[in-house]
Parts: sequence; structure tokens; C-alpha cells
Amino acid sequence: MKINDSIEGLDLIYKKPETLTDTPLHYCPGCGHGVVHRILMEVVDEMGIQQDTVGVAPVGCSVFAYHYMNIDMQEAAHGRASAVATGIKRVLPDKFVFSYQGDGDLAAIGTAETIHTVNRGENILMVFINNGIYGMTGGQMAPTTLIGQKTSTSPYGRDEKLIGYPLKITDMLVILPGAYYVTRQAVSSAGAVRKLKKAVKKSFEYQKLNKGTCFIEVVSNCPSGWGMTPVEANKWMEENMFPYYPIGDLKVPQAGANKN
Amino acid sequence: MNQTMDLVREARLMKGNEALAEAAIRAGIHAYFGYPITPQSEVLEYFTREMPKRGGIVLQAESELAAINMIYGAAGAGARVMTSSSSPGISLMQEGLSYIASAQLPCLVVNVNRGGPGLGTIQPSQGDYFQATKGGGHGDYHLIVLAPASVQEMADFVFDAIALAEKYRNPAMILADGALGQMMEKVELPEEGSLKYPEKSWATVGKTKDRERNIVTSLFIQPEKMEEINLELQEKYKKLKEEVRYELISTEDAEILLVAFGLSARICQKTIEIAREKGIKLGLLRPITLYPFPEKAVASFANKVDFYLTVEMNSGQMIQDVKLAVNGKKPVYHYGRMGGVISSPEEVLAKVEEIAEKNLVANE
Repeated sequence: MKINDSIEGLDLIYKKPETLTDTPLHYCPGCGHGVVHRILMEVVDEMGIQQDTVGVAPVGCSVFAYHYMNIDMQEAAHGRASAVATGIKRVLPDKFVFSYQGDGDLAAIGTAETIHTVNRGENILMVFINNGIYGMTGGQMAPTTLIGQKTSTSPYGRDEKLIGYPLKITDMLVILPGAYYVTRQAVSSAGAVRKLKKAVKKSFEYQKLNKGTCFIEVVSNCPSGWGMTPVEANKWMEENMFPYYPIGDLKVPQAGANKN
Repeated sequence: MNQTMDLVREARLMKGNEALAEAAIRAGIHAYFGYPITPQSEVLEYFTREMPKRGGIVLQAESELAAINMIYGAAGAGARVMTSSSSPGISLMQEGLSYIASAQLPCLVVNVNRGGPGLGTIQPSQGDYFQATKGGGHGDYHLIVLAPASVQEMADFVFDAIALAEKYRNPAMILADGALGQMMEKVELPEEGSLKYPEKSWATVGKTKDRERNIVTSLFIQPEKMEEINLELQEKYKKLKEEVRYELISTEDAEILLVAFGLSARICQKTIEIAREKGIKLGLLRPITLYPFPEKAVASFANKVDFYLTVEMNSGQMIQDVKLAVNGKKPVYHYGRMGGVISSPEEVLAKVEEIAEKNLVANE
């Protein structure tokens, strides 16, 4: 029996975006990825741009994003998503192109690609999921792991004297002229989800203007990697991640600002 | 080459690197992504000068890593794309090449080989033969590898390499060297627009209602699926053998066979001239495709010649493929200079005479 058969005769008031596939998500209970996937595809649905959108998902938990997003997609090598997205956008300048990257990918191994993609002002959307840990490989320390945070490779807590400070890469990108819109959002509450959706929609709209890179950091969780229940993880995130990675816009388009 | 095309061909005096870049524009390259490195920077310079005027895309990337991944993205989006570099830069591209081979994306990569290992030298070398022909990055894969021996071939092989890459959905490499890149020769440039674009129904250009989504990926987490992809690749490499190309020079009556590619083959041609003046019946087999390797052609001389001598600008890399082909039927020797040093035709001949002398003693 199909889902639609079971609700026949009832008023459908909420449904899955058509650009999300029926494949069950492999993400752990409480993980933020599923919500962000959904929001992206809701926006693609609402703007009617399935045929004009190409996504890039590199190594990390979300490398399987193409199982869930019913759009043309490319899987990328670790850290190279924004270079791959650059290649796509340069040859398909009229398409909407986005990358979907984790913290290890975007802020460690792919730091050079991240900075230079934004510095060139590539007209793409970069979605940056920051959960302070390497989820897919089993919970190792990430560039964004907080000081004192315990992971499988910082078993005594992150010691900044040994391995430096949690990298606020989003703040660094703000100073680049190529960055058009930079914001930090979350998916920890219904309100946060609505704000993230607005940011995603704006970013796709901005992409039509050819004015530079849109960059959305999503401060997210990793209940499995953090060793917490989903509820505990959200609470820990709000109490520890948000003070260090404050939610809100970091750079909004200025009236009269013009690139290209 | 038909007659009409001959008529429109124009002769120019050009550097190998520039002839290659001009040929690529005429071959309808949509985009070039690269990073400067000696001795091939003229390629990037040529594209940055010409592409804006001729409606193509060129981008100087922040690294060879970024460049090869831009190639992945653009090739996956269906564009005809190329990059070029020299040995240390090509090493940096190996990860991307492995992904491109696995995702079965056509593209052209040019290696203007310089002496190594390490930062090495900027002088010509053939030290990257193993890397070029055996895969280079991780996993079981091969590039299609063409080895030009003149500025003319630097231009012509661009067309051949792209055609092969697109026919087999496999990355193709032109393995040149610093001398071929830098030297100037007369070149007749191929006709613009003569290379047709194939249908690329697999490209990620935006999913339309009438088809399933296209996914460009090298991730096949189920081992059975990964094996299936591997078998598909191996099947492709088997079919590739039909594309083997080589050149025979003075082999009809040859008693000794030189095997050499690229610049080494040019040197060997001179060696043959001098040798024949002295009555030594020397011939040359020049592999043009290094992968697929002309193993049958190499083996076919086993009953005709006394011995084989591979001449390479390395410590002896192609000799392994020659030995595999000859399969112990005749002795196979190697002569080579390394680190950017080019052997002289006389040096090669001296080696031939030395081996011939030893063989004679051994056979008495």
C-alpha cells in the first residue's frame, strides 16, 4: 500500500518534498542532516528548480546525500567539494549549484578550496554542517571540536596548546570580498529550522544575481559521536556550541554592493 | 587525414606547449583548469590569453588538487575539459585521477614530464612512465596514455586523446616531456571544430522529469557492487587494446630492435642512421599508446632480432612491459639517463655495440 492510499479521503496538510526520495535515511536518530536535507529539497521544490539544480556532496556522513535528494548530484573527494562545484558552475553558469560539506571536509582537509572558492566569489551555495566531530569515521576530533571536548582522538579533551583552537572558518570567510551572504544557523528547534529555510531560499535567490558566494553554516549535533541521547545532544549544543559559534547573519548583502 | 583537411591546414613555428594548447582550443575544449609549473606553464598562459577571446573557460586554480577536482566537476557536468601540469603537480592530481577513472569521466590530462623524484629538476624526463601507465593513484585503474615525439604530435594527439577519452569514458593522458614542451618546430594545426561532441546522457546538468537523476560518483560501498564496477573497468581496458598504436622504423631487416617512446624515439632515429652507416641493422619500435601497450607488436620481433634494447629517460620502466611481452624469448636490455639528462644518439649506439659484443662472446 502506498502512503497516498492510506490517506485517501483525508485532507493532506503536510508532505515530503517531491525532490526527496523514498530511501530511508541512514543517519543516526537525532542527527541534524535529515532536517537540512529536507529544507534544501523543500526550497528546490518551492522554487521549481529541480531541473536546474546540481548538488555536490563530499566524503563524510552526507556523502550519500544523492540517495535522498532527487536531483543530479556529484560525489566529491574529501575536502574538494567546492572545487568540484566550481567546475560544475563554470561550465553550467545558469544552474543552481550547491555543496554540502562537513567540518572536517570544509575546515580541515579542504580549507584551501574553501577559502579560494569564496575568494573567487563563485556563484554557488556552500552548506557547512558543523557538528564538531568526524561522524562517519567514528567520532574523531574535528577542526571545530571545542576546547576540552572529548573525542576518540582527543580522549583527554581538546587541548589548544597541543592542537590549536576550534576554527571559526565562517568568521574568516566574512572578510573576503567574494562572500556575498554569510550566515550561521541551526536546526535545534522549529524556529531555528524556519530561519534556516529562509537563509537557504535567500541563497538560491541570490545565486541568480551572480554576486558571489553564499555560505550557510549549520551548527548541528552528533548524538552518536558525542555519546549522548538526541535530547542531551541538542541541550549540549545549545549550551556549548552556540556560545562559541553564535547563531545569526555574519554578512548580509549591502545595498549597492556589486561584484562582477 | 583527407585532402580537404590538408588544404585548410596552416603551418606555423610553435613551441610544443603552445601547439598543444592551440590544438585543444581547436578540439573544442570548453574549459581548462590548471596551475603554473615549469616546464608547462605556457599551456596555462596560452589559455588565459586565448580563451576569453574565443569563448572558452579558463581558470587558474589554487592548486593542482583543486584543478583536477574542477576537472571532475566540469567533466561530470558534461563539458569537454582538460588540465596540464608537470611531474610534481601530476603527483598531486593522482587522488583526483583515481576518482575520475572510477566515476568514468572523460577528460584530458597532460604531463610535461620533468626529472625527479621530489622537486627534482625542470629538465626533460620519462621518469613518470610507471605513474602514467600503471594507474598512478589508488585502486585498479588505468589512464589511456599517448606519447608524442614531436611538436606536431603534441597538437595532433590532443584530438586523439580526447576522442579516446570520450569513446571509453576514461581519463586520457598525453605524456610528453620538458623538451617536447619547450622546443619549437613546424606544426600544421588541426582544423577547428572537426572533433564532434558525443551524447553524454549521464552528465549532471539538472534532472528533468523524463529521466532518473544522474549521479557522478566513485563510491560503491557494497563490495559486490564495487567488484562489478571493477569488472566493468577491466572489460573496458580489454577493449582498449583495439586502440593500440605504434610506429615501426627500419624494422624490415632489423637484427636488433630498439624500443623507445617520445623524445627517446627521436634520438633513436638518429642512432639508427649512424648504425646503418656502420652496417649495424638496427630498427625501432616506437609505442605511441603507452597504455594500451603494443605488446603483440613488441612480441612479434622475438623470432627476428638478436635482442631488444629499450631506450628511456629513466632507470628502466618501460623495459618491464617489453620483457612481459617478449616473455623470455630474447634478451631485453635497457639504456637510459636520468634526472633530466638526455642521451646522445652516439651513447645509445655505444650501448648497442657493447651488448652485441657481449652477446657474440656469450654465443661462441
